[in-house]
Amino acid sequence: MNALRSALRCGLALVLAVAPGGCAGIQSALDAHGVEAGAIAWLIWIFTAVCAAVWLLVMLALALGLLRRRRIADAPLGAHYGTGRTRVIATFTLLTGVIVIALSVLSYLTDKSLATPGPAPLTVTLIGHQWWWEIRYDDPDPSRSFTTANELHLPAGVQVKLSLQSTDVIHSFWVPSLAGKEDLIPGWKNDISFTPQSPGLYRGQCAEFCGLQHAHMGLLVAVQTRAEFDAWYAAQVAPAAMAAAPDVKRGHDVFMRSGCILCHAIRGTRAGGRVGPDLTHVGSRMALAADALPLSRDTLALWIANPQGVKPGANMPRVKLADADLEAVARYLESLR
Amino acid sequence: MMRLAPAALALALLLGGCEREERAFNKEPENREPVVALSPLSPGDGVPQAASSPDAEHYQQNAYQLSEGKRLFGWFNCTGCHGNGGGGSGPALMDGKWIYGGNIENIVATIREGRPNGMPSFRGKIPDNQIWQIAAYVRSLSGNVAKDAAPGRNDDLNAHPAENRLPEIKPVSGGTTPPSAAMPQ
Repeated sequence: MNALRSALRCGLALVLAVAPGGCAGIQSALDAHGVEAGAIAWLIWIFTAVCAAVWLLVMLALALGLLRRRRIADAPLGAHYGTGRTRVIATFTLLTGVIVIALSVLSYLTDKSLATPGPAPLTVTLIGHQWWWEIRYDDPDPSRSFTTANELHLPAGVQVKLSLQSTDVIHSFWVPSLAGKEDLIPGWKNDISFTPQSPGLYRGQCAEFCGLQHAHMGLLVAVQTRAEFDAWYAAQVAPAAMAAAPDVKRGHDVFMRSGCILCHAIRGTRAGGRVGPDLTHVGSRMALAADALPLSRDTLALWIANPQGVKPGANMPRVKLADADLEAVARYLESLR
Repeated sequence: MMRLAPAALALALLLGGCEREERAFNKEPENREPVVALSPLSPGDGVPQAASSPDAEHYQQNAYQLSEGKRLFGWFNCTGCHGNGGGGSGPALMDGKWIYGGNIENIVATIREGRPNGMPSFRGKIPDNQIWQIAAYVRSLSGNVAKDAAPGRNDDLNAHPAENRLPEIKPVSGGTTPPSAAMPQ
């Protein structure tokens, strides 16, 4: 009995210690770092507080009722209640109605403010694929437009409009720390606007079941200061650097003569495939395969050697390469910064 | 006992359906060169020797392999020359006429090694199991694969009825390179 009690106490302590930890982090609606996410977090707290207060009051009333239960078991039900009963029931019914309506109005107003954004100075196209994100920064000047994948960079304090599209099935954009949720629907253009506030790294996750690797469809969002963002943009616009070192050059040659070239594009080379992620600056990214692996030369080699072992069902096939070729390709991709 | 029999039968039928699109994601790419006969003529008696690959049926009766072939047919821009199977600067693929043979082994060889007058070689560019998937899909354009496994719908515009509703046309030798792809004489 004592052991059970101490185990319960330990469990409770553990829950209390861990629960607040769940509120912070790079992927948490309660750790808001954007205007819209802030409005949603505020709504969550209001709902939680009101519901908690109502629950406590109901439990209190129930406890009172149990303590002041009828003394005579045989008396007919309600016999000793006065006329006050009707008034109490009416008051609490009315109060319930008022609370529900107030919460509905609050929810509606927040939703409305999220759905009617002003004109956004920055528009980015986000295209969902099974199971990765294609990201296009379009500029009226074509030489300032580029495509990247799985890593969205945004300047802090600037409202951004994401144009959401899909090529295969319905996906859903959800970066809880920055904004609400919006679906990416094939044959349809959705958009979501939000304003990230504090620089930092945030994480999104496809929020609509989209097939086998739905769980491995992560999106990293780096919110940067304006100067950092502009530097990143300028680096991304540039084509890939020429492979100079002999082993890197060998990796380049292997890439161009093997299966890689059919699906992937590297701007500045002959590789122009459009069905897989653009690899022009893959070495500058933090993660690989939609945040399934951290990016390094080792994980690049692992991913190329056995993509179906990392993400079973992914559309990347295993491409047979000799060990030395595999290492050279990994070196080459790592060098694409 | 008699009451269980229909249930067991239904279960067996349902399990039989699993076979239709069994998936093997981590299959080692095959490297077997199919032995194909490009000519029906042979010196001496009999027809030329050709060994059929044991994998052919696996690809032609499996819904997953066929739909992957359909996806890759679009991704690798086969349509650029073969126009959704109707032909363009490349020959039509849904008319039953085959310049280089209509068996899946022939089609695999055509994709892997290329053919004169424009068909490029994809050797080393497309992994072998994907070449087999594409070849099986190409066969479905003339109705020569299992009807219950052939793709039943298109994600975008319908250039032709879904593959499982295309008429079955027995492969015959024939056809020519479209004039637009022929080398200047």
